[in-house]
Amino acid sequence: MELKIRHVSKDYGTFAALHDVSLDIRSGELVALLGPSGSGKTTLLRAIAGLETIDEGQIFFGGTDASRTSIQQRNVGFVFQHYALFRHMKVADNIAFGLRARDRSRRPHESEIARKVKELLELVQLPELGDRYPAQLSGGQRQRVALARALAIEPQVLLLDEPFGALDAQVRKDLRRWLRAIHEETGHTTVFVTHDQEEALELADRVAVLSKGELQQIGTPDDIYDRPATPFVYAFIGDSSFLPIEVRGGEAVLDRSVLPLGQLSAPDGQARLHVRPQDVVLRPTGEGVSGRVTLLRRTGAFRRADIEVGDARRRIEAQLPPELAITEGDEVGLHFNRFAVFPSDAPHSTAPN
Amino acid sequence: MSDAEIGRALTDRAYSQHRRPPRKRGRGTTFRKPSAIPGFGAALGFTWLYLAVVILVPLGAVVLWTGSLGPERLWQIASDARVGHALRLSFGLSLAAAAVNAVFGLIVAWALTRYDFPGRRLIDAAVDLPFALPTAVAGIALASIYAPNGWVGSIIPFKVAFTPAGIFVALVFIGLPFIVRTLQPVLADLDREVEEAAATLGASRAWALLKVVLPTLLPALLTGFALAFARAVGEYGSVIFIAGNIPYVSEIAPLLIVMRLEEFDYGSATAVATIMLALSFAILLFVNLVEAWSRKRLGHGR
Repeated sequence: MELKIRHVSKDYGTFAALHDVSLDIRSGELVALLGPSGSGKTTLLRAIAGLETIDEGQIFFGGTDASRTSIQQRNVGFVFQHYALFRHMKVADNIAFGLRARDRSRRPHESEIARKVKELLELVQLPELGDRYPAQLSGGQRQRVALARALAIEPQVLLLDEPFGALDAQVRKDLRRWLRAIHEETGHTTVFVTHDQEEALELADRVAVLSKGELQQIGTPDDIYDRPATPFVYAFIGDSSFLPIEVRGGEAVLDRSVLPLGQLSAPDGQARLHVRPQDVVLRPTGEGVSGRVTLLRRTGAFRRADIEVGDARRRIEAQLPPELAITEGDEVGLHFNRFAVFPSDAPHSTAPN
Repeated sequence: MSDAEIGRALTDRAYSQHRRPPRKRGRGTTFRKPSAIPGFGAALGFTWLYLAVVILVPLGAVVLWTGSLGPERLWQIASDARVGHALRLSFGLSLAAAAVNAVFGLIVAWALTRYDFPGRRLIDAAVDLPFALPTAVAGIALASIYAPNGWVGSIIPFKVAFTPAGIFVALVFIGLPFIVRTLQPVLADLDREVEEAAATLGASRAWALLKVVLPTLLPALLTGFALAFARAVGEYGSVIFIAGNIPYVSEIAPLLIVMRLEEFDYGSATAVATIMLALSFAILLFVNLVEAWSRKRLGHGR
């Protein structure tokens, strides 16, 4: 089922939880809503499910406007962060709940329900646990039961709120791969919320980045990581440093001298140059942007260097091969393989940190 | 660490080992496992002592006194028609009042916990009044408004005061706080997400209440039911004013006990008391077992 979100806004008093968010999700796609806490990602997910009313805008399930229909009519599978399993029911009864809750005319026969439950238990790889109570399961197992319960109603879209938030690191990794496999198998249009960028980039077909209730960018993991559309996305995804510069006639100016970065597309005025540590390459002094190495430390396979640039001694982080012969205090030249320049007064220019 | 420091550390260790030998375990405390939570012995000892002084000794005296009557006399008292009627009335109406309170107390607790409305705190405080009011005051107040010429009594087409219906009204009155107060914390802790999950799965509001919310409340509801019932069975003060106290019609068992005491017939009084005690204990034990079973299903048990 194709999902269209059109100009959705939602206020809590004076606080705008969602501000004019528009988003298209293609049928069968796996999309991540990524953002820091308070970015509105969970509010958007709950709005799709109907658990949250919206003040403005529309949400289309296929061709029909779902934004004015009830939660029950939307037929979405929702997996809650803390699973929200029915503690007094066995696992099998939890999964069967949505089928048994239907009114008589649409309710499948008990034998059909039992068959379906068995099938779903096999899909989530818990075939033996139908007779257990949720309290007798581990966190990862509960998560799987919650997913099976949501899938039982053959939902139009599958929504997951921080699906791995409450699990420990190893289980998280396994479940991530497993969820991807389930998605390939069932082909449901799936939206999940996460604050973990690694999870979003690894798992999703496309990632929607939100900040302060506004959609910053939607794109493939490659788009998001390599071609961030806003300073926020640049700073939020992966590591990056920035350098305040001035753009004059398409050239980057730092402390009254032109930086050898070539022609920029940014308009004249104050701006920020963003660069990721792995895109910084060291050159002999005199080439590129000159700076001084102030700190060197080993991080796993690489070396991290802090390099101070300009009169204001802004710090640029660089990721260097460990065999590179430099020491703290060395004067170096910097070349940026890839960078971005955003005007300082651009919308969304407030970056974290 | 320097040599001197290591030396000091070693002697410190040796010293402490010498001073504090490993604790000996398991002697004479077969059911006591080593635990991180201290004070088990003291707490259990105090519990037994307290229970003995406050509950077991007085009740034991009642049972002992009854035992001295001899089985023949005891059977004679127990099979007495008037005693039988009073007991049936007391237990029947107490169960009925507790059941009615379970339903309406649940609604009151639900409204007080789940919604915010003007006057909520006032109503919340008023729920406790039956606890605080001297029971005689409650009895007189109820009797006067439910009397045939009272506010409520004049509207209701049948007679309430001075009939078993009046007793029922008094028992409902004194039992309400037990249900409301036991349910409130559980209602406040209800996980909103569970109800939301039911809704996303297509369950109507009624279905979600019946299948998801009520089962979660059942243990607390049973606790409240047991407390309200226990209170109602033993209630005396408020009932005697509204009951009319007509033998074979509206005479409750506690009143019968008081009457026997006033006749200096201590044997009969304690006999009736013992029968009440045994019946109450059996009912409360049953309710507790059902409660433990439902609680275990919720995953609180081990």
